[in-house]
Amino acid sequence: MTEPEKKHLFDDQRNVKRVVLILFVLCGLSFVAEMFVHLHPKHPWESVFNFYSLYGLMTCIMLVLIAKMLRFFIMRREDYYDE
Amino acid sequence: MMSSLPPFLIFFLAALIAPFLSPWARKGFLLAVPILGAVNMFSFTNGSYYSIEVFEFTLSLVRVDKLSLLFGTIFHLAAFIAILYSLHLSDRENDSAGGHPDIEGPASIQHISGLLYIGSAVGIIFAGDLISLFIFWELMAVTPILLVLARGTDSARNAGMRYLLMQITSGVILLTGIIARYHEVGSLSFDHIGLNGLSGTLILLAFGIKACFPLLHNWAPDAYSEATPTGSVFLSTFTTKTAIYVLARSYAGTEILIYIGAIMAALLIFHALLSNDYRRLLAYSLINQLGIMVCGIGIGTPLALNGAVAHAFASTIYQGLLFMVMGSVMTMTGRVKGSELGGLYKSMPRTAIFCLIGAASISSVPLFSGFATKAMTLSAVIEQEYLYVWLALLFASAGVFIHTGIKLTYGTFFSHDAEIQAEEPPLNMQFAMLIAAFFCILIGCAPGLLYGMLPFAVDYEPFTAAHVLTQYQLLLFAALAFTLLKISGMFPPDTPSINLDAEWTYRRALPRTVHWFIQVFGPLDRWFRNTCIRQIERCINIIFRHHGPEGMMARASSAGNMMLWVTLLLIVFLVLNYL
Repeated sequence: MTEPEKKHLFDDQRNVKRVVLILFVLCGLSFVAEMFVHLHPKHPWESVFNFYSLYGLMTCIMLVLIAKMLRFFIMRREDYYDE
Repeated sequence: MMSSLPPFLIFFLAALIAPFLSPWARKGFLLAVPILGAVNMFSFTNGSYYSIEVFEFTLSLVRVDKLSLLFGTIFHLAAFIAILYSLHLSDRENDSAGGHPDIEGPASIQHISGLLYIGSAVGIIFAGDLISLFIFWELMAVTPILLVLARGTDSARNAGMRYLLMQITSGVILLTGIIARYHEVGSLSFDHIGLNGLSGTLILLAFGIKACFPLLHNWAPDAYSEATPTGSVFLSTFTTKTAIYVLARSYAGTEILIYIGAIMAALLIFHALLSNDYRRLLAYSLINQLGIMVCGIGIGTPLALNGAVAHAFASTIYQGLLFMVMGSVMTMTGRVKGSELGGLYKSMPRTAIFCLIGAASISSVPLFSGFATKAMTLSAVIEQEYLYVWLALLFASAGVFIHTGIKLTYGTFFSHDAEIQAEEPPLNMQFAMLIAAFFCILIGCAPGLLYGMLPFAVDYEPFTAAHVLTQYQLLLFAALAFTLLKISGMFPPDTPSINLDAEWTYRRALPRTVHWFIQVFGPLDRWFRNTCIRQIERCINIIFRHHGPEGMMARASSAGNMMLWVTLLLIVFLVLNYL
C-alpha cells in the first residue's frame, strides 16, 4: 500500500515534459544518424532518406485519424448485445 | 524410445490425479507436471512412435522432428509459466490472496481444465496422422471451455458457448476435409497438404478458424475478454499457436496465406486501437502477431518459415506476459477497462515494469524478443518482392507499438491517476511474469539460442547497424505521432463502449433476422394452420352426423322388425311364384 502523501515520478509535470523532450531528442538523433549508416536497401523505397521515420510518423497519424472516424460507424453502448 | 510416454499423456494423467491431492500437494504436483513432461519429451529422438492399428488405418500418436520439438518446447515452457501464475487460486471463496475471488473463479476446475487443454494442444503438436490430429483438435475445442465458464457470469457463459460453437465448427469442417482427403489421395498422413482440391480448402478453413483468419477471428476477442484472468493466459497461449503449427506443417508456401496474413496484421489494428477492454485489445494484437506468422508461412522460403515459427515461439511468451499483466491488474483492482484504469505504476510498480518489457517485446524494440524474430519474416517478404504486403506489415509493426506498446501501457499504468487502491499481485503471479520477462530479454539479447532450434539452418543477423537504426526510426516516430496526437487532444480517449466486429453477424444480425422472419411469416403460418384445422373439423362433423350415434348410418333396428320384413319378402316371392 502506498503512502498517500508520497510523491511519484510523474506527479511532477516537469518529469512528464522531460520524457517528451527526451523523445524529441531521440527522434532528432535517429533522423540525423541515417547520414552515417549505410542501410543496404533491398528495395528502392528503403533508400529514400528517412523512409522508416516518415512511414512510421505518417501511418500512425493516419491510423489514429481513421480509427477516430471509424468510431462513428462501429462504436456502440456496452449493453448493445444485451438488448 | 518406447520407454517414454506420449507427451500428451503426462498432462492427461496429471488431470486424473490432481483432484485427489490436498491443496498444498497439488500446487507442487502441478508445477512438476510440465517439468516431467519436458524431460519425457526430450527423451524422444526424431522419428514416429506409438503406432496403433485401427481398422485399415495406422495412427501415429507421436511424430518427433525439429518443428514439433520447437512447439513442444514452447508449450511446456508456457505451461509451466501459466500453471505457476494460477497457483494462488483457491476453491474457498474467502481464501483469496488479496484479489477478487469472484473474478478469479475456483481453482480445481481451472487447473484440471488447463491440464487437459495443454495435453490436447501437445497431442496436436506430436500427432503424425490426420485422425489423431482430429481427435486432439476436438479435445482442444472442448477442454478449455471451463476456463471461460469458471468466471460464473451470464456474459461469460454466453461467450463460452459461442467459443465452443466456433471450435466445434472448425472440428466438423476438419473431419469433412479429412474424409475428402482420404478419397482424393488415399492417405491420412499429416504432412504437406496444400490448397489442392476440396480437401485442401476444407482443411485450410478448419485451421483458419483456429488461426483467426479475417472474419473467422471474433471468437478470440470474445472469449479472451470474458475468461477468468488465469483462463485468458492459458487460452491465449495454446489454441492459436497450434493453428500456426498445423499451417506451417501443411500449408507452407501457399500464396493466399501471404495476403490473409497481411490483412490479419494490418486490418484489426483499428479495432485494437479503439478497444476499451484491454484484454480484448490484447486479443486483437495477438491476431496482429498471428498475421505476421501466417504471412511468413505463405511465403514458404526457409527464412520466412524460420521467421514464422520463431515469432510464434517469442510471441507465445510476450503475449502470455501481457495477458498475465492485465490478469494481475484485473485480479487486484477488479477492473480491466481503459476508461476505469490509470496511474497504477504507483501501487503496482513491478507489474508496470513487466508490462513495459512485454510491450517492448511485442513492439520489436531491439534487445527484446520480437525484434529478433519478426524481422526474419519482414526480410523474407521484401526479398520475395511483395512490396504492398511488406508495407502492410511495416504498418502493422508501427500500429502494434501504438496500441499495445503505448496505449495499453500508458492507459493502465501512467495516464491520469484513477486513484485505485491496489497492491502488487500474489508472489506466484509475480514470479510467473518474471520468468516470462526473463525469456523476452534472453531471446532478444541472445537470439542464437532460439535460432539453433529452428527447422532450417539460420543465416540471419538481426543486430546490423542498419536494422537497429531503421527499427528505432520506425518506433520513435510512431511514438512521436502518438505524443503529438495526445498533446493536441486528437487521440481517441477510452470511453465505456464496445466496437462492432464480425460477431455482429451472429450476435445481432442473425437473431434479428430470425425475429423478423417470425414476425412476418408467423401470422401467415397461423392463418394457414387455422384454416386447415377448420376444414378438418368440418369433415369430422359431417362424418359424425352420418356415422355418429345419432347418425343415419348408425341407426339400429329390432329383431321383430327384421322378421316382419323377411316375412313380407317371402310372401312377395310366393305370390310371384304362383303368378
